Amino acid sequence: MSMATAKAQITERENYLNKEYGIGSWLLTTDHKRIALLYLISITFFFFIGGFFALLIRLELLTPAGDLVQADTYNKLFTMHGMVMVFFFLIPSIPAVLGNFLVPLMIGAKDLAFPRINLLSWYLYIIGGIMMTHCMLTGGVDTGWTFYVPYSIGTNTKFVEAGLAIFVAGFSSILTGLNFVVTIHRMRAPGMTWSRLPLFIWAHYATSIIQLLGTPVIAITILLVAAERVLHLGIFDPKLGGDPVLFQHLFWFYSHPAVYIMILPSMGVVSEVIACYARKRPFGYAFIALSSIAIAVFGFLVWAHHLFVAGISIYAALVFSMLSYAVAVPSAVKVFNWTATLYKGSIHYDAPMLYMFGFIGLFTMGGLTGLFLAALGIDVHVTDTYFVIAHFHYIMVGGAVMGYLGGMHFWWPKISGKLYPEGWAKLAALVVFIGFNLTFFPQFVLGYLGMPRRYWDYSHMPEFQVLNVLSTAGATILGVGYLLPMMYFLWSMRYGKPAAENPWNAAGLEWKTASPPPTFNFDTEPVVTWEAYNYEELDAPQIQEVPVGR
Amino acid sequence: MAGNVDALFIFLLIVSGMMSLLIFVCIIIFATKYRYRRGVPAEQIEGSTALEVTWTAIPFGVFMVIFVWGAVVYFQERTPPRDSTEVYLVAKQWMWKMEHAEGQRELNELHVPVGRDVKMIMTSQDVIHSFFVPAFRIKQDVLPGRYTTAWFRATKPGTYHLFCAEYCGTRHSGMIGSIIVMEPGQYEAWVNGGPSGPLSVTGEKIFSELGCGTCHRADGTGRGPNLRDVFGKPVLLEDGRTVVADENYLRESIVDPGAKIVNGYKPIMPTFQGLVSEEQLNALIAYVKSLSGKSEAAPNKVTQNAPPRNDGQANGQQVQ
Repeated sequence: MSMATAKAQITERENYLNKEYGIGSWLLTTDHKRIALLYLISITFFFFIGGFFALLIRLELLTPAGDLVQADTYNKLFTMHGMVMVFFFLIPSIPAVLGNFLVPLMIGAKDLAFPRINLLSWYLYIIGGIMMTHCMLTGGVDTGWTFYVPYSIGTNTKFVEAGLAIFVAGFSSILTGLNFVVTIHRMRAPGMTWSRLPLFIWAHYATSIIQLLGTPVIAITILLVAAERVLHLGIFDPKLGGDPVLFQHLFWFYSHPAVYIMILPSMGVVSEVIACYARKRPFGYAFIALSSIAIAVFGFLVWAHHLFVAGISIYAALVFSMLSYAVAVPSAVKVFNWTATLYKGSIHYDAPMLYMFGFIGLFTMGGLTGLFLAALGIDVHVTDTYFVIAHFHYIMVGGAVMGYLGGMHFWWPKISGKLYPEGWAKLAALVVFIGFNLTFFPQFVLGYLGMPRRYWDYSHMPEFQVLNVLSTAGATILGVGYLLPMMYFLWSMRYGKPAAENPWNAAGLEWKTASPPPTFNFDTEPVVTWEAYNYEELDAPQIQEVPVGR
Repeated sequence: MAGNVDALFIFLLIVSGMMSLLIFVCIIIFATKYRYRRGVPAEQIEGSTALEVTWTAIPFGVFMVIFVWGAVVYFQERTPPRDSTEVYLVAKQWMWKMEHAEGQRELNELHVPVGRDVKMIMTSQDVIHSFFVPAFRIKQDVLPGRYTTAWFRATKPGTYHLFCAEYCGTRHSGMIGSIIVMEPGQYEAWVNGGPSGPLSVTGEKIFSELGCGTCHRADGTGRGPNLRDVFGKPVLLEDGRTVVADENYLRESIVDPGAKIVNGYKPIMPTFQGLVSEEQLNALIAYVKSLSGKSEAAPNKVTQNAPPRNDGQANGQQVQ
């Protein structure tokens, strides 16, 4: 296909973006690709709200005295930063945007199994989001995103509203998971066997199982706390005969696996992107796929490692410490396999690949510091300090967000039909990486020195200031790094070069249809006769002119 | 204890440093050596089960070493030596109230002698707090409605930070204090300089004011079990279970007497929930403890606490 005809096709073809216009065609759509874009807009909104709170937190901590905001305001800021980022950005991020867009395309389906339920899940997310926003605008909540009892039962801030917002958004997550599981089981194109599934799909399958099985538990927990607040049932409050540690068990039974809801899809992105830019089938395909399932299973068995100092028995602590090391193994296996995939590859340094290098670096650091926290004797010292903050930001922001951004770059031509500006994208990857490390690395040191988390004022501990200043400086750089992609993505929608069907010469069914794809994804139902990641075949015929990179 | 934690921490730094070095060096070498060159295609490699097994097994082995080491340190952190000095702590929003066995009370400060094991017996009046002394590498959540314990042995005189590490509301970051470690001589002078008597004496006073002695008679003929030599011993319950009479059991028996009835007694004791403050509870428990000689602990013998053998009427009772 010559360049000219390809271009002509792109401009003239009917696709999911130009098929219909008008607000109604978006708000009532059942097209998974349009719903993915609805999600993209909404989670980006919440990402910047959550980021704004983070920036205020960092500014407050620039000086030891509590001088920028009041103590209560600060407590609300970190609470809402956590709630917004966890429940309204990280959990939906990759599954609801990239997953929604790509799962049907990658398996050769016309849409998800339940297109209307897919739209419903977005509306539930939006209802939850509106409740959360209303709660923030009318006073907010100050329990910490973990809303431990009995504090959350006694607080006079708006816990019930925030809790219900999370409750409703949780159902959006459950429905998305349900949709993916059924779609992956029932809607694969002829020839798309389980062993030919892209690793992105395996990762989403594992994620969906966690969403389905874990999310109802947090929903129940929220209802119990609300019932205790409103009806004074004695469930968690010792004054009413309840047990506050029971709450922590229930909370973390969901909220620990939730970390895997955030990171597994990101790992799926890494497997796709590394394969493409190393021009290779991923090393140990089956092991990467199975490690996703292993993470989902083991992930449900480690929750009480958040409770080592909470008052559980030392023998329970032993069991959970050991299981936590067990869940670290499949994550390590993935990192080793990605590294081995580079061996004897033909590696290109396009922007998505830079994000993947960033992911591996930051995720490795986050994973290894998890070994510290799983070690009982060390956890006692560093838990509830900035060490933990740094650790989970390395996983959930360093890892998950890096993967999300890398994936957004990689599939942007497919989503928008336009190419992003490569130079700016590389710059943004670098800025994010540097800003991130400057923000969070000092927090490991702070934590070991003993700075507790959720401290508004540290004027009695001025020795902590230097590291806090470094962290705040990093946060401003990181903020710029996150703004850049949003700006050039928007810019490229209007001014970007049109993208061909397969600008990276990547494997995968999603690249075998137009950019952007037509409403029903493929003009004819694809039949898969090749193994996944057939980069050898892709590169073989046009070995002199590999159109990867620019 | 801080030394043990730091030793493991340094070991972990070395292990994780080596692991990340291995990964990062491999990535850098591969990424430069195998960068795209025109006409040199990638070599397709399916994988290697041998390699997969290796890099599953070796990390798992290393992890298990860390796990065992971490568990050993944790057992030390969680097991107070038998003859520790005891300090009762009541946390509330947003302060720490301490009471020494000798009767000295302190607010947001804790004076301890250098070189002695100190056991903290802690509870909260409101929400969950956490007792955190970074210099001693210890942290323990402080819960309402029950006791948790922590212990430390300070090795150098000085003043150390005490933080609340579990978020507890507006002034969470103001819920800080100091551990003041003194030379033993100085400490003796300090601890004996106060006005009040030992905590157990206060407890004895409360015990008689509340009329506990009417049933819990020292000669064993009361309607409740004799409390002499009960603390730290196993107690046979009505339902056949045996529990050790530790601080939490004594506490529960005061505020929720029906929960665990001693074998041979009836559940007739009223609850003292809300009638005694946390501080009074601590004093009562210190008193019950003082009734047990610490030296003659015989943990394997079930205390009998047999009810008086005579009339079958009002003689079934329950502990405390």
